[in-house]
Amino acid sequence: MLWRIMKQIIDFEVTECAQMGPNYALLRLRPLRGEMPSIEPGQFVQVEVPNSKTTYLRRPISVNYADRHELWLLVRRAGAGTNALCNLPEGARLNIMLPLGHGFSTDVRGRALLVGGGVGVAPLRMLGRRLLAQGVEVHFLLGARTSADVLQLDLFRQTAETHVATEDGSWGHKGLVTAHPILQEPWDHIACCGPMPMMKAVAAIARERGIDCEVSLENVMACGLGACLCCVEDTADHGNVCVCQEGPVFNIKRLKW
Amino acid sequence: MVDLSVKIGQMCLKNPVMTASGTYGFGEEYADLVDLSRLGGIVVKGTTLEPRQGNPYPRMVETPSGMINAVGLQNKGVDYLVEHIYPRIKDYDTALVVNVSGRTVEDYAAVCERLRTLDKIAAVEINISCPNVKQGGMSWGTTTAGCESVVSACRRAWDRTMIVKLTPNVTDITEIARAAEAAGADSVSLVNTFLGMAIDVERRRPYLSTITGGLSGAAIRPIAVRMVWQVSQAVKVPVIGLGGIMNGRDAVEFLLAGASAVQIGTANFIDPQVTIKAIDYIRDYMERHGIERIADLRML
Ligand SMILES: Cc1cc2nc3c(=O)[nH]c(=O)nc-3n(C[C@H](O)[C@H](O)[C@H](O)COP(=O)(O)OP(=O)(O)OC[C@H]3O[C@@H](n4cnc5c(N)ncnc54)[C@H](O)[C@@H]3O)c2cc1C
Ligand SMILES: Cc1cc2nc3c(=O)[nH]c(=O)nc-3n(C[C@H](O)[C@H](O)[C@H](O)COP(=O)(O)O)c2cc1C
Ligand code: FES
Repeated sequence: MLWRIMKQIIDFEVTECAQMGPNYALLRLRPLRGEMPSIEPGQFVQVEVPNSKTTYLRRPISVNYADRHELWLLVRRAGAGTNALCNLPEGARLNIMLPLGHGFSTDVRGRALLVGGGVGVAPLRMLGRRLLAQGVEVHFLLGARTSADVLQLDLFRQTAETHVATEDGSWGHKGLVTAHPILQEPWDHIACCGPMPMMKAVAAIARERGIDCEVSLENVMACGLGACLCCVEDTADHGNVCVCQEGPVFNIKRLKW
Repeated sequence: MVDLSVKIGQMCLKNPVMTASGTYGFGEEYADLVDLSRLGGIVVKGTTLEPRQGNPYPRMVETPSGMINAVGLQNKGVDYLVEHIYPRIKDYDTALVVNVSGRTVEDYAAVCERLRTLDKIAAVEINISCPNVKQGGMSWGTTTAGCESVVSACRRAWDRTMIVKLTPNVTDITEIARAAEAAGADSVSLVNTFLGMAIDVERRRPYLSTITGGLSGAAIRPIAVRMVWQVSQAVKVPVIGLGGIMNGRDAVEFLLAGASAVQIGTANFIDPQVTIKAIDYIRDYMERHGIERIADLRML
């Protein structure tokens, strides 16, 4: 990046908390004052969670969509903190630190496959739009357990050609994303965000076929600022590095798995 | 007029609020969000003679009103600090303190020796209390003899202000504090983290790669306040209080317990601006109570 956007702490208002089945919600937020800083695809935010007695630290959440007046967060109910976020009423206030980390590389040419699993699809549409604007041929491949876990399918379809794999076959190709035939096509670049086993499998395929590949890690975080060194990933080039600062997106060349 | 300034040994702080080692990086990490020149001081990350990779991931688990960490003193070593980090932070308008750790007595002294060339380092904080390393660290802080040997070696290697950071994982913390004072400490800071453990019951495995780690955050505050109160009665040198301070009120609680200054750690992760808010709160509090100097903040 040529310039660095200053990190900020901003109070937001929930304008909508749309339930997406029993396990997910889309939070649409509006900054109470001022404008949003510009955000790169794959960057994340640290959210202070109100209304949860057992949640102490902020929770890291990827940016699903952002413009100067709005921020979207796509949240999976994983535990008490994310549950409280998914239950927020319209009008609730949220204190958020952003923008954090380094997102996906946009220095991509040719054909790019953007692979998401479950709530991991969250940052991919922003990336897809950016790459399309640069003339890259973009395809999405979304994986999920069942059709109920395929999130924002309409938005993905509006953006670019979208392929789906569900484990139970209730939508699209039956099986894991890694078994989807689209992966066999020639790709210049793969970007992937989802559960660890999925990212590992996609990375293995990319390595085998020599495709440039980035993944977005979800290591447990405390500060989100590179200060506490809790979130480290062991890299081939620099040993333990902070996922919150150098990542969350890493080229698989740097990773030891 | 309220005077917030404090003197710890030869080190002058513009106010009694510092950041705790290991929670604030080198200050730079917070520079977008905090006016660092308002801080009383910054205690930078634990520094050792040789670079260290720290412990394997996972290193952190959240617990009720707190967190357990097992970072294990990951740092690039004192030479890297001297050559690369110091030039970037030396002009911050706040007191800079380097937290020093080591395996052997000689390691500790050698780090202090290397730091002597850095004019803007106001003090060292000798960490004889890290629970996350196998050798050195906390083992030096759990006996009076261990404490005495590290502190006197560092005293010989360092002529500016020397703070000794104590572990709470001992039977009688006042005993260790007295040993540190006798060996030449200008101040003691307490507490470091409490040894703790948490298990993922569904997976039937500990959360941390090291099984146990150091508990910090609001959960430890009442124990830390008690220890600061005990130690401040046991030693003559100024005491720096920390452990679970979440806001200005909590900072005042430590000052009332006998601390001359405070450090804030884990709370920075939740509210990066907590230090600034605490400084403003302390000023307001003193005005409300008609107290002019920090030294006059005492329990009735
Ligand atoms: C950079 C980044 C981006 C993320 N983006 C999103 C997003 O867009 N949408 C979303 O829903 N979630 C996202 N997450 C994951 C989200 O932060 C966690 O689900 C959340 O912190 C869990 O908090 P909780 O209080 O709900 O659950 P907890 O009670 O804290 O945890 C519930 C369960 O999940 C496990 N867990 C908690 N945190 C993590 C983690 N980081 N990695 C693996 N397991 C974990 C716990 O061990 C526990 O078993 C992201 C995480 C990171 C690091
Ligand atoms: C992630 C983390 C890393 C830490 N690293 C160090 C360290 O390097 N040296 C040290 O003396 N204390 C270290 N500590 C301890 C803190 O400085 C402080 O003593 C402790 O966390 C209690 O204060 P708190 O509850 O305000 O965080 C660390 C604490 C945390 C949470
Ligand atoms: S979460 Fe603190 S360094 Fe990454």
